[in-house]
Amino acid sequence: MSNESDSQVVVEAKSLDLTFQTNDGPVQALKDVNLTINKGDFVSFIGPSGCGKTTFLRVLAALEHPTGGTVTVNGMSPDEARRKRAYGYVFQAAGLYPWRTIAKNIRLPLEIMGFSKAEQEKRVKDVLQLVDLEGFGDKHPWQLSGGMQQRASIARALAFDADILLMDEPFGALDEIVRDHLNEQLLELWARTGKTIAFVTHSIPEAVYLSTKIVVMSPRPGRITDVIESPLPKERPLDIRDSREFLEVAHRVREGLRAGHAYD
Amino acid sequence: MKSLIAVLTVVGVLVVIWYAACVPMNIKGVLTEAERAGAVVVPEGARERRNLGAFGLVAGNSFAIPATWSQKRPRLPAPHQVAIELWQTTVMKKITSKRSLVHHAWITLSATLLGFGIGTGLGILLAVGVVHSRVMDMSVMPWAIVSQTIPIIALAPMIIVVLYSIGVQGVLPKAVISAYLSFFPVVVGMVKGLRSPDMMQLDLLATYHASKPQGFWKLRLPASMPYLFTSLKIGIAASLVGAIVGELPTGAVAGLGARLLAGSYYGQTVQIWSALFMAAILAACLVGLVEVIERVTLKRMGMAA
Repeated sequence: MSNESDSQVVVEAKSLDLTFQTNDGPVQALKDVNLTINKGDFVSFIGPSGCGKTTFLRVLAALEHPTGGTVTVNGMSPDEARRKRAYGYVFQAAGLYPWRTIAKNIRLPLEIMGFSKAEQEKRVKDVLQLVDLEGFGDKHPWQLSGGMQQRASIARALAFDADILLMDEPFGALDEIVRDHLNEQLLELWARTGKTIAFVTHSIPEAVYLSTKIVVMSPRPGRITDVIESPLPKERPLDIRDSREFLEVAHRVREGLRAGHAYD
Repeated sequence: MKSLIAVLTVVGVLVVIWYAACVPMNIKGVLTEAERAGAVVVPEGARERRNLGAFGLVAGNSFAIPATWSQKRPRLPAPHQVAIELWQTTVMKKITSKRSLVHHAWITLSATLLGFGIGTGLGILLAVGVVHSRVMDMSVMPWAIVSQTIPIIALAPMIIVVLYSIGVQGVLPKAVISAYLSFFPVVVGMVKGLRSPDMMQLDLLATYHASKPQGFWKLRLPASMPYLFTSLKIGIAASLVGAIVGELPTGAVAGLGARLLAGSYYGQTVQIWSALFMAAILAACLVGLVEVIERVTLKRMGMAA
């Protein structure tokens, strides 16, 4: 392995295991997961409930700790990476504080990380622009639609300039039309910022449309059944979803899900 | 408008019931007075009437009914008697007078507010401890609950005696009793409030690598505000009860509790009832004040419902 390709690796998981101890006995959430994510990748994790896709994301964020194997983020342990602010995390719900305005919500991580007042001001302005929410900084969350709230939460995750964006079904609670729009915006944002994005989803079209790499997972125990490198170009208008390549990739994802006996 | 009519109807019904209740309650006393004044009463003689039912007496001596609403020392004073007493001891008396209810209310209020302040502060501190330390959760909560099962009327004299023996007198012992009653709802409400942020919000802070104090000031404390205000409304009413109870065993000469006690010593029921009403009005004002502060605060925070 050359030095150059080495520096490109952002996430590396090797024979990762994670077993939860529950009242009903041990549950193997992740079994022998091996995965490499390179800088600038857009990786989607797709699979039915219980396949461990969210758990894997949480391991990367050091919210869960593996019981076996190794995982590195930017060459560090997830804990260290967190301390170095390596990633921003976007949850399924926007989780904005109702007592803070949008701007102040975005400022929250900046306050915690000790940015100067002037720097906070500047960054809030920048990310609001990035997610197309200029002029909404002084509104309270309840004054915004669900889609706008989720965009604000993405802005919050972007505010401190982490290289990695971990997104756990960020658009899962939104309707299809809003979702399409946000998918388009997210791709644009990804192209503009060059972030590495790990994205958990239930939706096959969403995964295929967004990703450069699709990780298909299956449950009991949670494991990877297929990793698909997308042949689609980086430039993706919405109607690419009618193209032959797109349908082929979607087909392969579906096959992968079926192979995992996901719907037994 | 509709709700105003409903409120007035309820008040009207209560007043009517009250007036009606005065008749059987006071009839024996009225008849005794009337007989002494030379009226014909059936049956004659207080001794004859002793074992008769009040309703029977009313039926036989209906002329005496109006007098049941204007006795000097009735068993149950009529609403207008209480209202007149209230008017005369508040608006018509100088505040510096020892007979002014405003003066007595102020004495009780000062103990209430001091006790409420102590109780609220203590309650919040305990709640913070309980939320952040498992040891405190296991050790403090049971005692807090036990403390509220002891009747305050039994505990109050002991608190006053103990404090007196170490030289503490005046407003402070009353405030301590008042705090004793008011800290509990604050503890319970604040523990719930400080624990109200869900897992996702705590995870979010974890991804920022936020410290515990940051999590407290930026998430837990603001999230607990609606719970705090609910507790404060209960707490301030309990504080007032505590301050009044604290005045009973001390033989205090001033305060609403002292008025109640003096009234019962001398059979001055009108005085007792007017003191009770003063306490109720005071409680309503205090709770109303907390509510106004709640509304302003939550609105400023953007959390108004």
